[in-house]
Order: sequence, then C-alpha cells, then structure tokens
Amino acid sequence: MTEILTINNLNVTPKNDPHRFLVKDAAFSLSPGKTTCIVGESGSGKSLTALTIMGLLSAQLQSTGSVIFKGEDITLLDNKALQKIRGAKIGMIFQEPMTSLNPVLTVGYQIGESLTAHLGLKGSGLKLRVESLLQQVGIPIERANSYPDELSGGQRQRVMIAMSIACEPALLIADEPTTALDVTVQAQILQLLDELKTRMNMAMLFITHDFGVVADIADDVIVMFRGEIVETGTKKQVLDKPQHPYTKALLACVPDAEGKKQLKPIDYAWLKDGLNDKKAAA
Amino acid sequence: MSIENLQNLENAPVILQANRLVKTYTQSSGRFGFGSAQIKALDDVSLSLKAGSTLAVVGESGSGKSTLARCLLQLHPFDSGEVLFEGKDLAKLDANSLRSMRKNLQMVFQDPFASLNPRMRVGEIVGEGLLIHGLGSASEKKNRAAEQKNKVQQMLERVGLSAGDALKYPHQFSGGQRQRIGIARALVLQPKVVVCDEPVSALDVSVQAQILLLLKELQHEMQLSYIFISHDLRVVRHIADEMVVMHKGKIVEQGKVVDIYNAPQQAYTQQLLSAIPGRKAA
Ligand SMILES: Nc1ncnc2c1ncn2[C@@H]1O[C@H](COP(=O)(O)OP(=O)(O)OP(=O)(O)O)[C@@H](O)[C@H]1O
Ligand SMILES: Nc1ncnc2c1ncn2[C@@H]1O[C@H](COP(=O)(O)OP(=O)(O)OP(=O)(O)O)[C@@H](O)[C@H]1O
Ligand SMILES: [Mg+2]
Ligand SMILES: [Mg+2]
Repeated sequence: MTEILTINNLNVTPKNDPHRFLVKDAAFSLSPGKTTCIVGESGSGKSLTALTIMGLLSAQLQSTGSVIFKGEDITLLDNKALQKIRGAKIGMIFQEPMTSLNPVLTVGYQIGESLTAHLGLKGSGLKLRVESLLQQVGIPIERANSYPDELSGGQRQRVMIAMSIACEPALLIADEPTTALDVTVQAQILQLLDELKTRMNMAMLFITHDFGVVADIADDVIVMFRGEIVETGTKKQVLDKPQHPYTKALLACVPDAEGKKQLKPIDYAWLKDGLNDKKAAA
Repeated sequence: MSIENLQNLENAPVILQANRLVKTYTQSSGRFGFGSAQIKALDDVSLSLKAGSTLAVVGESGSGKSTLARCLLQLHPFDSGEVLFEGKDLAKLDANSLRSMRKNLQMVFQDPFASLNPRMRVGEIVGEGLLIHGLGSASEKKNRAAEQKNKVQQMLERVGLSAGDALKYPHQFSGGQRQRIGIARALVLQPKVVVCDEPVSALDVSVQAQILLLLKELQHEMQLSYIFISHDLRVVRHIADEMVVMHKGKIVEQGKVVDIYNAPQQAYTQQLLSAIPGRKAA
C-alpha cells in the first residue's frame, strides 16, 4: 500500500528554548482509507504534531523534520503553495473551534469560502452545497446565517467539521473533533467520517482521549507520552495487548459505563518503576 | 457519589433553585435569505440543587445546557422566571450584593480558550478573584499578596499543573491544560456553588479521574454544590447524585442518577444511554 503521509524525525521546540522538546523525534505514516487515532496524556504533544503537519505552528515555536504528503516534503513549500493544499487536500478540525472560526462572518459564509476558493463554486450551486454540508452534520440549514457566537459549543464544533470536509480532502486531521458532542450526535458524526473514509478513500488522523471512540473507529493507534511516540500498532494490538507501561497505565484509567469501577488516575510512582524496568531491559 | 446516604440528599436544603426559566434568542436573516427566527433555548425550565450535592445536566447538543448555565449565574438576561440562591432572588439584588454573591457562584466555561484573557499570566487569571481591595499597611498588603500567590500555586498543583505555570500565558498551554486553568480559577475562590460546563471533556482519562476526584474532595471539605453539564454519561454516573435530561429547551426527565440509569423513562434518555461509544466494539 502506498502511504499518503509520512512524517520523520519531527521535533518541536520553543524558539527561545531549543533544548526543550515538546515533540521529540516523531515518525509515522498514514494510508488512504485508514483511520489512525493518536491518544496520550494531556500536554503530550498531540496537537503540536497535527499543527506541524499543517504548517500552522505558532510563531514562538519551531520544528525540524520532514512531512511527506503524496511524495512531496511540504515543510519546504512556501505559504502560497501550502494554502492550496490546506483545506483542499488536507482538511483540519481544530481542538478549539472559537480560535479558528471568524467571529464576524456567518458560518454559512465560512463553510462556503473554501468551496469558492478551491472548487470555484458560486451562487445557487454554492448555496446547495453549504446546505447539504450543514444537514450532514445535523445543523438546521437556516443556521447558515448565524455567527459563531450564536451557536452552541457542539454546533460550532460541527461547523468546523463541515468546513473541514467541504472539499472532500484526501487527508483529514481531526483534533478532538467530538469532545463537545453528546453521544447521539457523536455517533452520527463518526458515521459520516467513516463513510467519507470508505467512499473517498480518505486517510484520517484522529486525536482523541475517548477510548470508546478509538474502539469504534480506529484501524491503527499511536500513543504519545511527554512529547514522544511510545507505542504504535493496530487497534487490537494496542487496546488488547499494550506493551508500554504508560499505555497500560492509561488504559487502566478508562471509566466504565456502569460506574462500578473506582476512579483512579495514573500512579506516577508505579509508572516510573515500569519505565525504569523498560530502560534496564533495553 | 457525593452524598452516599440518599436520606441525606433528601433532607439537604436547596441552595440554588430555578423557577420556570424562559429564554428566547432572535436570529436575524442574512446572506442565505431566510427571515428572522426565534429560538427558544429555555422553555419553562425549573430545577433545584441541594447543598453539598451534584446535579448533572445532560442532553443533546443545542438543547440549552450552556444557556441554562449562563442564566443561573445571571450572566445572561432571560425573558421570564427566577433564580434563587439561598432563597434570595438574584435579579432583585443590587449591584453591590450581586458582586459579593459572585464569589459564591462560580462557573467553569465550556470553551476554555475563549474565556481566558490572552494578555494575562495564568497566575493573574487564577488569582484575579482573590484580589482583595481596600486599605491596609504596606506590610499587610505584602502578606496578602504572598498568601494569594500561595493559594494560586497550590490550586494549580491540585489540577495537575505546576506552580511555575503561573508565570506563563494561556497560549502556551495545551487544550486540556487550559481547561484545567479554568477549573483552578473557579475553585480557588472556595465558592458555594460551581456551575461546570463540560469541565473534563478535553482531558485524558487519567487527568479526568484526577479532576473528578478533586471535585469530590473539595465537595467534602467545603460542602460545595455542583451543577455539572456533561455529555459523557460515564462521567455523570461517577460524579452526580441527581440529573436532568434536556431536549429542545425543555427538561424531559429528572431524578436520581441511579434510578434513571436503571430505568430511563423517556425514549430520548434511553437513546442517550444506549449510544455510549465503544459498546459496539465491546
Ligand atoms: N506556544 C507554546 N509555548 C510553549 N509551550 C507550548 C506552546 N504550545 C504548547 N506548549 C506545550 O507543549 C506541550 C504539548 O502541547 P499540545 O498542545 O501538543 O498537547 P496535547 O497533547 O494536544 O494536549 P491536550 O490533550 O491537553 O490537548 C504542552 O505541555 C504545552 O504546554
Ligand atoms: N447568542 C445566541 N443567539 C442565537 N441563538 C443562540 C445564541 N446562543 C445560543 N443559541 C442557540 O440556542 C440553543 C441552545 O444553545 P446552548 O448553547 O444553550 O446549547 P447546549 O445545550 O449548551 O449545546 P452544546 O452541548 O452543543 O454546547 C442552540 O440552538 C443555539 O444555537
Ligand atoms: Mg491538544
Ligand atoms: Mg454548551
């Protein structure tokens, strides 16, 4: 199978502190028609990895390494060339909708923008396509006239999803795309993405902390811990036979639906012993 | 559950009560050519929160949960109805009393980034509410400042951040870290009631367990009461004593969490409970 995206030796550091690795030596590849989930602790570098692929790191941060998309290292492209890829060929759903939606434009206009820019859609064709996208994410079409702050948290998140899939990208990067959605709407969205994956042979990189979602949609799983990828494998390998002490510890924290299991965060003293054993064994 | 003894729950005094709240938004027409529409976000909503207990609000995306939260805290005008805190109608308080009441009524917002001032350091954001104005000798002021700094640092550590994070700005944090800054800001004031809007939705399962345990611990220490908005029914099962289910601006079901989980009455509630992700694969 040919990979659509391969990243190698990816490092992210603050410009003013180049020895502090926020992401360290990350490497993985994604294939068309497959969903890869990234899980890992809060602050482990999941979002920074996604933003680096998109070339959207904040100005205080810098990255090294390669991001090969369809055979081309896109870290070498200028901004204009990158913009042609972003939105059209690589779609992204950001973790915080309000930071990426424009507060002074209606959401219908914002969904339509990339359709006009990349596909040249205008007039009634554009209107129809925008309405169909809203419908697919479960938002009444008349809400096209709303401004982002007139929508609920989950509605904003769904507007982002509609924007990201508008041009049917070859690769979709989704950063916690369903955190604000109740389970019924979430199920609908996951099904929509899964359908795109099958119909368009889309590759998906899906960041989530919800292991229920991983169980539902992942083909492969990547586990991040303190800036590093500590485990990769198929869903079955990682969920059923986790190898790394952090993965084991994290899986032990997953809450159960019945509420019988005690809430328990990771015991870092225990994890440290596990990590030391692993080092000694290596 | 915070009140193990159901007898206790029944006898606990009501600390926050909403009577027949109604809230309508007007949506103007725009580019996509629809007329103006009325959105009834709250349609005759009544609930009561017992002191020292946790009331969960669950329901579909767009069903009015965040609107309810904002109305309860008087952050939003509503069309009709009343909100009583310790028996007093909040709308009838003068500006001064409302301000002193604010300390007792705190909110953790759904969109952490939009609610954190980007130009303030985290220490200032969390400590803001603690600032005690008024006169005093220079040394007294200095003592108070030191005490405040201490409290802020301790609270940051309790939510799993570090004391040194007080000097950083919000954009230097990950999504889950920002969510915890919002939680620290609300809890540091030792309020009586905290309205939490999806407080753990962006957290990995370990940090999530840590925060839920912290909320319970503080509830025991200080008799705190929570309104806990969440779409994660696994989390609700762990944290809440009672729950209300919202659908299209109305409360369609309410009662003790155990009872509703064991025997949901409404079709919508049954649907919510059966759509918990991961069940399909399990
Ligand atoms: N602009 C910045 N300057 C300095 N540090 C940063 C900056 N942005 C992020 N970080 C740090 O980099 C680390 C990784 O952040 P990232 O946003 O990738 O985490 P994440 O895995 O997505 O976590 P979460 O699940 O909480 O969203 C965090 O510890 C964060 O504090
Ligand atoms: N300022 C506003 N102007 C117009 N409509 C609004 C405004 N704020 C909210 N609404 C609408 O009111 C309804 C209720 O919104 P609310 O934010 O309370 O929902 P929610 O239950 O919190 O949903 P979510 O789970 O998605 O956060 C939604 O249909 C929303 O679009
Ligand atoms: Mg993130
Ligand atoms: Mg909401």
